[in-house]
Amino acid sequence: MPSDFDIARIAQLARIALSEAELQGYGEQLEQILEHAARVQALPTEGVEPTSHPLTMVNAFRPDEVIDCLDRDEVLVDAPEAEDGYFRVPRILEES
Amino acid sequence: MTDLADLSIREADLGLRERDFSAVELLDAIMRRAAVTESHLHAYLTIDREGATAAAKAADAALAANRNDDRPLLGIPVALKDNMVTRGVETTASSQILAGWKPPYDGTAAARLHAGGAVIVGKTNLDEFAMGSSTENSAYGPTRNPWDTDMVPGGSSGGSAAAVAAGSAMGGFGSDTGGSIRQPASLTGTVGAKPTYGLVSRYGLIAFASSLDQIGPVARSVADAATLLEAVAGWDRYDATSYRGDLPHISGSLDAGVEGLRIGLVAELSDEGIDPQVAAATRATLDRLSDAGASIVDVSLPSTEYALSAYYLIAPAECSANLARFDGVRFGLRVDGDTTAEMMAKTRGAGFGPEVIRRVLLGTYALSAGYYDAFYGQAQRVRTLVRRDFAKAYEDVDVLVSPTSPTTAFAIGARAADPIAMYYSDVCTIPSNLSGDPAISIPVGLDDAGLPIGFQVMAPALGEELMFRVAAEVERAAEFTARAPHATSQVVEP
Repeated sequence: MPSDFDIARIAQLARIALSEAELQGYGEQLEQILEHAARVQALPTEGVEPTSHPLTMVNAFRPDEVIDCLDRDEVLVDAPEAEDGYFRVPRILEES
Repeated sequence: MTDLADLSIREADLGLRERDFSAVELLDAIMRRAAVTESHLHAYLTIDREGATAAAKAADAALAANRNDDRPLLGIPVALKDNMVTRGVETTASSQILAGWKPPYDGTAAARLHAGGAVIVGKTNLDEFAMGSSTENSAYGPTRNPWDTDMVPGGSSGGSAAAVAAGSAMGGFGSDTGGSIRQPASLTGTVGAKPTYGLVSRYGLIAFASSLDQIGPVARSVADAATLLEAVAGWDRYDATSYRGDLPHISGSLDAGVEGLRIGLVAELSDEGIDPQVAAATRATLDRLSDAGASIVDVSLPSTEYALSAYYLIAPAECSANLARFDGVRFGLRVDGDTTAEMMAKTRGAGFGPEVIRRVLLGTYALSAGYYDAFYGQAQRVRTLVRRDFAKAYEDVDVLVSPTSPTTAFAIGARAADPIAMYYSDVCTIPSNLSGDPAISIPVGLDDAGLPIGFQVMAPALGEELMFRVAAEVERAAEFTARAPHATSQVVEP
């Protein structure tokens, strides 16, 4: 386990708000799981190409056609908050 | 008289065409079964009585207008795992973060079932976002095993498997990222298949790990599983990773037998950590396949020993990216905050359950600067080695086999506090997700406690015709006819 393993930093990167007690619990579990996962490092893989995907396809082209998309009003019905045809969120920029 | 809920899809199809009963009567039998079984199994999160009744009436009208309407699922009641979106019908993926969400569109699986005249009974329970092996990680409570309600049905597609085993659906669909169709099939005495990656469109499947996820059927027979899979397979413009070439003839050789085939037993998936009764059932099945004319050979896939570790880096890494979309902006739960960043963090902290949080954190770490190559990159290289091992094995054998699950069903709560013990439930199934090849579980017997044992058949990519052919022989050889004690419409007095 890297010595700089910082569970609070990971939770912040993942945008998940957790209490101190929760952070400690997840931190301990993650260290256990990572110990097992780190077994992959025991296997020599020099010169082995990584597999990102099981299919060997390179690109999937299709004609550039206009087709129906979802109805805007119907989509916005599901939004926690919407206004004038847009999703509404709390302020994004800090006040200067 | 046979309860209509216990018919196979083939028998029901014949009965509908002969007008022995109507699709509405068939649905009634399924609803009566569900009314009895749901109170102790909780296979469903939502039963869409209105939509199902309309579909059954439409199927009856279609058959009245044209007796030769040859759609194989016309009027057949099926269940969908609740991580497949259905227009206007609540879809939660068993997460609090999607409570109440009614999607504005149908995923491709649901759309093809509608087009095929199938009757979608409802949406089944799962481990939240398909992350788990027991269906205990549901925000809406666990599903219980129809063979013994103290036991888990497996997971994550435990709801669909339990419904099919109990007869509250005639067939079902699940998704399989590391074994989530095959392992619950094994634990509930049903047939469950993960097709070749790309054979079924993932459009409208709420993504967990996109390079591993695949939709597939759960059924009470190999033939029914083939019929269900054929109804949803095929290229889709909405999934760029769906397979574009000619489809395998999935049900084309069910009666061909195994004479002359070479079957490889995978040593690494059959020895260490396998329950003795499961191992004995595997050997007995191999003896019967040998009697049927197959030659059995031992095969080694050395890198599969590292498959579980690689999976628990790749799947969380991909899920941490996929689940970024649940941010309180466009759908689902929102917990207010002063800024958007705070709102998102609070929403996700409140809306995700513990296993999902664990995996998102793990994946975030595995992808973070400085660790990417040591964890995620290395896991992807191990994936290449797993694929090479499979390719090499298939130079010598036609199919590979192993137990599906190292154990039969375990007690509710038994592994809940130990994530790593839970992860080992999928040790036999994960290699096929890493390789992208198809695999299927077939029930072959019961252990001393009366719990089902599954047998796994794996085949090369797009080898579904061969895989179902061998599976059908396994089914014939095993003569597994037992039914779950809870597969009854009789109200059992406590």
